[in-house]
Amino acid sequence: MAPQLAITLVFFYWPAGQALYQSMLRQDPFGLRTKFVWFANFRKVLADPAYLNSIKVTVVFSLATAIVAMGVALLLAVMAEKAVRGKGLYRTLLIWPYAVAPAIAGMLWLFLFNPSIGSLAYLLRSLGIAWDPLLNGTHAMILLVSAAAWKQISYNFLFFVAGLQAVPKTLIEAAAMDGAGETKRFWTIVFPLLAPTTFFLLVVNTVYALFDTFGIVHAVTGGGPGKTTETLVYKVYNDGFVNLILGDSAAQSVILMAIVIALTAIQFRYVERKVHYG
Amino acid sequence: MATVDLKDVKKVYPSGVEAVKGVSIAIPDKELCVLVGPSGCGKSTLLRMIAGLETISAGTVAIDGKVVNAIGPTERDIAMVFQNYALYPHMKVYDNMAYGLRNRGTPKDEIDSRVRSTAKVLELSALLDRRPRELSGGQRQRVAMGRAIVRNPKVFLFDEPLSNLDAKLRGQMRVEIKNLQRKLGVTSVYVTHDQLEAMTLADVLVVMNAGLVEQTGAPLDIYEKPASIFVASFIGAPPMNLLALTGSSSGPMLADGTVIGFAAPETPAVTLGFRPEDADVTFNAEALPGALVLPATVEAVEPVGAESFLHCAAAGSRIVVRVSGRATAKPGDQLRVVARAEKLHWFDQAGKRVD
Repeated sequence: MAPQLAITLVFFYWPAGQALYQSMLRQDPFGLRTKFVWFANFRKVLADPAYLNSIKVTVVFSLATAIVAMGVALLLAVMAEKAVRGKGLYRTLLIWPYAVAPAIAGMLWLFLFNPSIGSLAYLLRSLGIAWDPLLNGTHAMILLVSAAAWKQISYNFLFFVAGLQAVPKTLIEAAAMDGAGETKRFWTIVFPLLAPTTFFLLVVNTVYALFDTFGIVHAVTGGGPGKTTETLVYKVYNDGFVNLILGDSAAQSVILMAIVIALTAIQFRYVERKVHYG
Repeated sequence: MATVDLKDVKKVYPSGVEAVKGVSIAIPDKELCVLVGPSGCGKSTLLRMIAGLETISAGTVAIDGKVVNAIGPTERDIAMVFQNYALYPHMKVYDNMAYGLRNRGTPKDEIDSRVRSTAKVLELSALLDRRPRELSGGQRQRVAMGRAIVRNPKVFLFDEPLSNLDAKLRGQMRVEIKNLQRKLGVTSVYVTHDQLEAMTLADVLVVMNAGLVEQTGAPLDIYEKPASIFVASFIGAPPMNLLALTGSSSGPMLADGTVIGFAAPETPAVTLGFRPEDADVTFNAEALPGALVLPATVEAVEPVGAESFLHCAAAGSRIVVRVSGRATAKPGDQLRVVARAEKLHWFDQAGKRVD
């Protein structure tokens, strides 16, 4: 059997199957008895207001993170292309943050914006902004999105730089002679030709925001204040490993799996149609 | 419509490389000027400076008498046909052609009528809904032309527009470009390294070498009176035959000792040239006064159909003679190459023409 298949089998299909099986079980608080309950866990989870809140939080968080991470990265990449001197240094410096682990990145942002000791929080306060991510849910979300996006910008930047270099220079020259100013050229020529890169990054960033940001959420807010920053992935962890409601947690992770499959299918079926390769 | 005037234009790259070393060309209204030269001679750089895509290091470029050095390509009202056509791959043919008009705020119905009438002229009407990658090379070339024409600009620039086409299509498009340019009466600058294209298209031909203009003039004038050895060997195919001369007491002498006792210019010349079609071959040994006669050995015969080229060894050089129709000579034949005195070209030590 092909080794890739074996790896996928052990690390994906087996755990996925386990999750599916466990999502239909219910245990007593001491783990002594287990009952097969069919879809009762799913019914319970989907009727839970906390879970519905978590979906809302995740949508806001994922969209904001993907948009900020991609938008800022594109802006930086365009500026890096225009730099005449120090291009290499500029790029290197922008790529570094990618080497920082998510939890560390979260801690950095947490300290910088901690209302009592953070230097940037102090700056915000002196500007007259009542900054308090520990009590204000919106502030906590902003902090979380910033940290998560910051981490991903380097990665997006790399791809956008490569994508921009692949846009033929003569096309931009032709557009200039056709009377298009710099902004117009960007939106009518460069941006459409970047579509394959943008599409790829959209998929990667959505998956990143949905799943890989657990470390950041855990380090920065722990889902709080209240449940204002509790994303789906964080709730799976919280319900399963902290609250030890394994059946609920497994049902949530199965739902999450379905969401990802649906999302990827939608992206490839509908968004990719608008993408022109070469 | 417009005139284009270049005055002592120079281009120095930041690396210190001097690509264009002071070029002055005046292109009259409605004429087609061809810049021709080997690769690296600065012709494309010069074109890009007229377009505004390269900054001008020194000198001035004026369109219609107005210096445009400080004006960007967006405002110069110039259209350019690029070597690789530079069609926008994500736009349909229609949008490719309409793009420039839209950017200038032309009303929608006027855009539509102009695009459609231009498409008709170029036989693109059936292709307006296609994307560039669904077109053949020749069709793409037409779209690139259409995109330039539809805007009705002051000046057309062509950057080797035919070099990506096959030989047959190239011949067709050459005629088409010439006809269109004459019909539209738009001042044009055309860059090519192909001397045949240059000869057939140009009203004004500019031969460039190493960042400088070697000669400017009407194509046939340049052909008949090349100003330098470079021009003589660059224009014309096969190129002009060139023979080295040394001075002797009785007149200029060829490498094999033949002394040319007639028609030599007063200024000492070190190179003698004649075109392949200005010579003939003979097997007879009669004296031919007033002509250059070279004993030669045929090395190769190239029959092309209507004519044949004889490659011969003569006077220590290899020369080519064009004979019409089928050649009777065979490789190895000994014969005499005869060139009439008035068809000889003389060049001095510096490679300049002397008369």
